[in-house]
Amino acid sequence: MLDKLKESIKAALPELDFVMGWGMGYDPLHATPLYMYEPEDVDNLVWGPLNVHNLAVHLPSLKGKKVGIVVKGCDSRSVVELLQEGLINREDVVIFGAPCNGIVDMSKIRKAVPDAHFVHSVETDDNGLTITTDKDTHKLSLAEVMADKCTRCRFPNAVVADHFVGEKREPTVENDAYEDLESFESQGFEERRDFWMTEMDRCIRCYACRNACPLCVCRDHCVAQSRNPHWVSQRDGVRDKFMFQIIHAMHMAGRCTECGECERACPMDIPVLLLKRKLGTVIHDLFDYDSGLDAEARPPLLAFKLEEESIKEKDW
Amino acid sequence: MAKYLKNDDLGQWLSELGADYKVYAPVQEGDSIAFRPFSKGKALRIDRHATVGPKEILFPACEELLRFSYQKDEENPGRENIQVQVEENATPTLIFGSRPCDARGFDVFDGAFTQCSVKDSYYIARREQAAVVSIACTRTENTCFCNWVGGAPDGTNGSDVLLTPIQEGFVAESITEKGEALLAGSNLLAEATPEQEKEAKALRAAAHESLPEAPDFECMPEQLYGLFDNMDFWEKQSAKCISCGACTYLCPTCHCFNITDERQGNEGERLRTWDNCMSRQFTQEASGHNPRSEKAYRLKNRVGHKFCYFPELHKGHIACVGCGRCIKSCPVSLDIRQVVTSAKECRLPAEDNDNE
Repeated sequence: MLDKLKESIKAALPELDFVMGWGMGYDPLHATPLYMYEPEDVDNLVWGPLNVHNLAVHLPSLKGKKVGIVVKGCDSRSVVELLQEGLINREDVVIFGAPCNGIVDMSKIRKAVPDAHFVHSVETDDNGLTITTDKDTHKLSLAEVMADKCTRCRFPNAVVADHFVGEKREPTVENDAYEDLESFESQGFEERRDFWMTEMDRCIRCYACRNACPLCVCRDHCVAQSRNPHWVSQRDGVRDKFMFQIIHAMHMAGRCTECGECERACPMDIPVLLLKRKLGTVIHDLFDYDSGLDAEARPPLLAFKLEEESIKEKDW
Repeated sequence: MAKYLKNDDLGQWLSELGADYKVYAPVQEGDSIAFRPFSKGKALRIDRHATVGPKEILFPACEELLRFSYQKDEENPGRENIQVQVEENATPTLIFGSRPCDARGFDVFDGAFTQCSVKDSYYIARREQAAVVSIACTRTENTCFCNWVGGAPDGTNGSDVLLTPIQEGFVAESITEKGEALLAGSNLLAEATPEQEKEAKALRAAAHESLPEAPDFECMPEQLYGLFDNMDFWEKQSAKCISCGACTYLCPTCHCFNITDERQGNEGERLRTWDNCMSRQFTQEASGHNPRSEKAYRLKNRVGHKFCYFPELHKGHIACVGCGRCIKSCPVSLDIRQVVTSAKECRLPAEDNDNE
């Protein structure tokens, strides 16, 4: 399958400035975004559970260039959302898709293999990984170290692609039951507040969550750093840090595809996706809408209807 | 003379030190490890590098430099008088469990904040009252490269005491007078036996061995100046960067800051907060011009500052300690080693020779 993917990229490359995919990074456990400019760069392409990054984050800043992008199912939803919002032009992007088996959560790997920073070699197959460190070898099934989003994946195949290689996979689940959220919300107000105050306390305000988000498109003009007006205090109290997360989540409502990049990018392992999950389920219930599936659809909060079907204002 | 401290006595020793110092040590927080005020019963995490180092203790992510208030002049209502109150609250602080790379980061801070024409009184007050007890690395991670930039797994720069973990305890060596006093002040520390010293030495030698061979970076300033206008090089190197601040905020040597006056009504405070050169706002000028409007310029600056401009101003001291946090915690695994070695290997165009 990887060979076919490489072939189709090589065939399209002459018409493109470059194609974004994944290559191996600084050690055998980490892939890294790979920019393929020349056919020989394509030989470094990898496909598998280490391809954790959502490369769609780069697309809006590449406007004006003609580029290719390799996507997992979840990444393709970000591309759709960007198309929907007119942030990228369809004719400037060539999308390469392949069926995704799920990707790893590095935090889970670090828990299963505390010596993950000393890894010497990694072998991956369809069902898992074998990680060898300077001291020992660990056999992990993909299921135990898989990113949470993959356990509830409904779209393992790209929802939009110009070139799709390999056989389409059946989705893991039919519906996302939001069980994680339900269990979190079964706690009382004080427990939930204490949870966030504890988690957000270690935030270093690097804004990796924001910059890894393919739909956080204010980029260099974010309210968190604007001086005039000065919306968000530069103080680093936990409330100030949390304030930004709330702003981020609210701006994502109805647009967020829950790709989880905010949480994955966080160097301090703060579970910020949960906030977006909450808004995702609210949007789903209120507007019967799932983001990033139809490039022609309009996100509910970017539109106005005199009367919303599920909001019975007049009965209030 | 080296001393020996049993593992079991470590908590007690830190409690003793707590009488004279506010003690910070690496502890688990969620899935991360960070330096926090130590209290007995808190589980230490000194078996690996902390996610974020101790730099925040001497250079806080946010500090109040002064408070100010405006008052109407009663004699002349058209005028406002400003009252300014300077905040200075440095206290004796002990940083326990830093790694030699972390401690070496303080060397860079010292260069920037205490040895230039403008002295940073806030930093100096904290630095003078700080004691640093570091732990030598006996095992090196994939992202470690302290030996590339002048450090070592058992380097002593910036530390007052260096501990080497051996079986069931630590061999403790004082580096400075301050460190000597720390070790002399407790009955928990015994003289280390020759066997213990030998064991420590062997472990440290093995750590040296485990690091990859260091490239010679002597030529880097020249190479980086040579590449200054080669934007194709920098665009390719920075292509995958998402311009967040994880690398700079986790970096033991990054010391850039911003200053903001936050005013509510007639009162307010002047805050100094960490800033990062990977952000577009970092060089945004009031005129609207931005000399580093694209990420390629910003990565060029980050690498240039560490491997060229800072060393030129500070006797060749590279402003990178090789801790590897910027690699390990980068959301896209951008590897500064790869950028610097690519810059080193880049063939510069031969200079035009007019005499030919």
